[in-house]
Amino acid sequence: MSESMNMHVPHRIIPVVAAAADGTAASVGTGGKIRIRAMRYNPRDPASVPHLQTYELEQAEGMTLFIALSEIREKLDPSLQFDFVCRAGICGSCAMVINGRPGLACRTLTKEVGPDITLLPLPGFELIGDLSVNTGKWMRAMSERLQAWVHMKEEELDLSRIEARMEPELAEQIYELDRCIECGCCVSGCGTAQMREDFVGAVGLNKVARFRLDPRDTRDDDDFYELIGDDDGVFGCMSLLGCHDVCPKQLPLATQIAFMRRKMVAVGFK
Amino acid sequence: MKVVYTDVLVIGGGLAGLRMAIAAKRRGHDAVILSLVPPKRSHSKAAQGGMQASLGNVIKGQGDNEDVHFEDTVRGSDWGADQAVVRMFVNTAPKAVRELAAWGVPWSRVRRGDRTVIINGQKVTITERDEAHGTVAQRDFGGTKKWRTCYVSDGTGHAMLQAVGDQAIGNGIPVHERAEALALIHDGGRCYGAVVRDLIDGELTAYVAKATALATGGAGRLYRVTTNAVICEGIGHALALETGAAALGNMEAVQFHPTGIFPAGILVTEGCRGDGGLLKDVDGHRFMPDYEPEKKELASRDVVSRRMEEHIRKGKGVKSRFGDHLWLDITLLGEKHIKTNLREVFEICHHFLGVDPTKDLVAVRPAQHYTMGGVRTLPTGESPTLKGLFAAGEAACWDMHGFNRLGGNSVAETVVAGMIVGEFIADFCDDPGNEFNLPTGVVREHVEREQAKLDALVASRGTEDASALKARMQEIMTAKVGIFRTGRDLEEAVAELQQLLQRSRNIGLRAHSPGANPELVTAYRVQRMLKLALTVAYGALVRTESRGAHYREDFPRRNDAEWLKRTLATWKDGETMPTLDYEPLDVMRMELPPGWRGYGAKDYVDHPDTPRRQAEVEALKQQYAGDRFALQRALLRYDDLLPARLRGRNERIDEPLAGTGRAA
Repeated sequence: MSESMNMHVPHRIIPVVAAAADGTAASVGTGGKIRIRAMRYNPRDPASVPHLQTYELEQAEGMTLFIALSEIREKLDPSLQFDFVCRAGICGSCAMVINGRPGLACRTLTKEVGPDITLLPLPGFELIGDLSVNTGKWMRAMSERLQAWVHMKEEELDLSRIEARMEPELAEQIYELDRCIECGCCVSGCGTAQMREDFVGAVGLNKVARFRLDPRDTRDDDDFYELIGDDDGVFGCMSLLGCHDVCPKQLPLATQIAFMRRKMVAVGFK
Repeated sequence: MKVVYTDVLVIGGGLAGLRMAIAAKRRGHDAVILSLVPPKRSHSKAAQGGMQASLGNVIKGQGDNEDVHFEDTVRGSDWGADQAVVRMFVNTAPKAVRELAAWGVPWSRVRRGDRTVIINGQKVTITERDEAHGTVAQRDFGGTKKWRTCYVSDGTGHAMLQAVGDQAIGNGIPVHERAEALALIHDGGRCYGAVVRDLIDGELTAYVAKATALATGGAGRLYRVTTNAVICEGIGHALALETGAAALGNMEAVQFHPTGIFPAGILVTEGCRGDGGLLKDVDGHRFMPDYEPEKKELASRDVVSRRMEEHIRKGKGVKSRFGDHLWLDITLLGEKHIKTNLREVFEICHHFLGVDPTKDLVAVRPAQHYTMGGVRTLPTGESPTLKGLFAAGEAACWDMHGFNRLGGNSVAETVVAGMIVGEFIADFCDDPGNEFNLPTGVVREHVEREQAKLDALVASRGTEDASALKARMQEIMTAKVGIFRTGRDLEEAVAELQQLLQRSRNIGLRAHSPGANPELVTAYRVQRMLKLALTVAYGALVRTESRGAHYREDFPRRNDAEWLKRTLATWKDGETMPTLDYEPLDVMRMELPPGWRGYGAKDYVDHPDTPRRQAEVEALKQQYAGDRFALQRALLRYDDLLPARLRGRNERIDEPLAGTGRAA
């Protein structure tokens, strides 16, 4: 997205008063200014044209992009669209492209990426408006395609009995892969996903790896091959490692994809 | 007019909503879930430290059972809870953990042999049993006699939401994401569904359902400083309130969590203290043992939060540009423990405070955390006054938390109530007596009314700014309806909130963009939030006693003689204030009659029935000594309140079950 796309709409700079941590009313500035250039486009407005709009704010102690964007919406431009939920880096709602790199806006401190900050919506997902994209719809479709749930044995559970035992290390290994927050950063950082619309992404392949590890899931490698043994699955990965670089949870994505590829090749040659 | 028909409409895609929908679907009823956000982004995810269930696997949990969990929960509630519901809950919690274990939750597991833990600031070696190896582990939490909190590192809610969300997908349950209920469709005391707005294109759709279930979570965003996610605005509470038929219970009962990071209010788990972390003041002094010699940092949350604020008032806080705070010290737990069992805490401290909690102290101060109040329900989860409306989880006043809930009991409630209420919803749908003939005019009127309200807001030339009204409301609630309350502050809060409610009818929008329009969303929500804020503040003003998290400086004693009762608030159409009513709690039917909690104030006014019930209970204890099940049954019958498939005992290492385990 270049500034030249902005020629139809005047580039506006609007100042805003200082914000404090968590968008509180206290105004404790630290002197400096930051400028946030955000992509604006409302697909539901026929008059809307994609462009970048700049907002000027006063830097504040502990200011995150959550605080800054909330401040913009409250005080300057109530039409600006973006998504935050937990604002604590755990729910995955607020992924966007921050100065050219996908990341979680809520835990990005403005002092670390400012004073000039460019924000774009995540590529690879349906745009809802401005910085808001429909990651939920993408993730649900991917989960349905990969049947991304534990496939249990058929008989009904006896919930009154002591749970099946599991080695503590195995539980930790599963949790390590289960930490994915489906934020979409890996998809937007992926070369294959940009070219191949149906590619399941590192998020999908990591899920399959997680279920493969889980003894409670009854599926075997033949089953998983049916799900990911093609170019929209594990053989579509070009090993550019973009997913691994941008994952905000530092999941071992490249390792998992390489491991799954090896396992799936073994099935393919059977 | 667009209309969607389904058997069960679940409003809210967090753990309680997902679990109810799964229960209904498995019984053959179609369910549709509405969610403001993709369900795996719900606030259930923020439950870090764990879920209470009396499995008793770890050595420090040995001897734990439903009875101990029951007593801890009732004491925690300051006797505000419905004890039969607490019994239903504690008996189902182990089943819920075991179900989730089968669904893929990677519960942290017990490792046999020696390990070093921190207890009361000291390193202690404990030895886990061979026979417990590989079972679900428990950690310590506040207000509990045993280590009972089952956990997945400190991402418990996340892992639970992954598993339950995945199962909902596996069961083919549609989730209509970015959809917001604006009103419940109801007529003649029967709920028929909801009018729903699409938060992408702004269009309205009527959802018509046999049963409607609210699982919309809490109302933390009534406050300026809260651990809650930005979507926790109490809208589900407000929808029920606006029916004029359903009642909200105990809305003045608001929990403040001791360790919100300062000043952002982001939660760091109680597990920090459960695992041995300490609270310290400006002098580096560990102050909690001075106030609470019995439980220290691990008294209940209401007590610890008050003691922290009390200590700050004495001038012992750490000064900062944003105000005073205290310190949480987890450095003594060691780097390995923190990076394994408290890794979200590590990340939060790193990203938001720029500190390394393995070496540095963490700035904390109590922050609004949990809404004990909610839609008043029967033990089945159904509203007693609006047929066909159910509620579960934080949105409900089922009432297992009373005036203070224990850490680890809320994420447990989501899945336990989801299991139980989900079964009752299926029963409700099975019953031919609950079929209805609904004139389409009723649906149309509801949709038209909501559309007219939105159109009026968009067309308004009003001068009030929605965001400014919301910010002022949050300021009032934090300043005057917080941890320490007085009649004077509460009167001022009620008066100003009423003014704000009046002013909210004169909101004018600056943005008129097509689609959902975030400013329009703020505008219609703040009108509802103000009604809810008034319900909290007015309930707190009228309740002239202190109980659990509701603390009146001008009435510091718990007063069972006058206030052992549940507040019920309704809102009549066109009124500017809620109507309050009260539902007495019957001491003579309590399994655990009121007394001292084991921490906090020892000073309270007894209910006249308490000594009599106490004597009865003592006599029964003598009579049934040695058989805890028979004693329990003699004290309080509750098993007939549970769905048949969820009755029955829970196996433990020390309490093996005979036979198939199906019989109770």
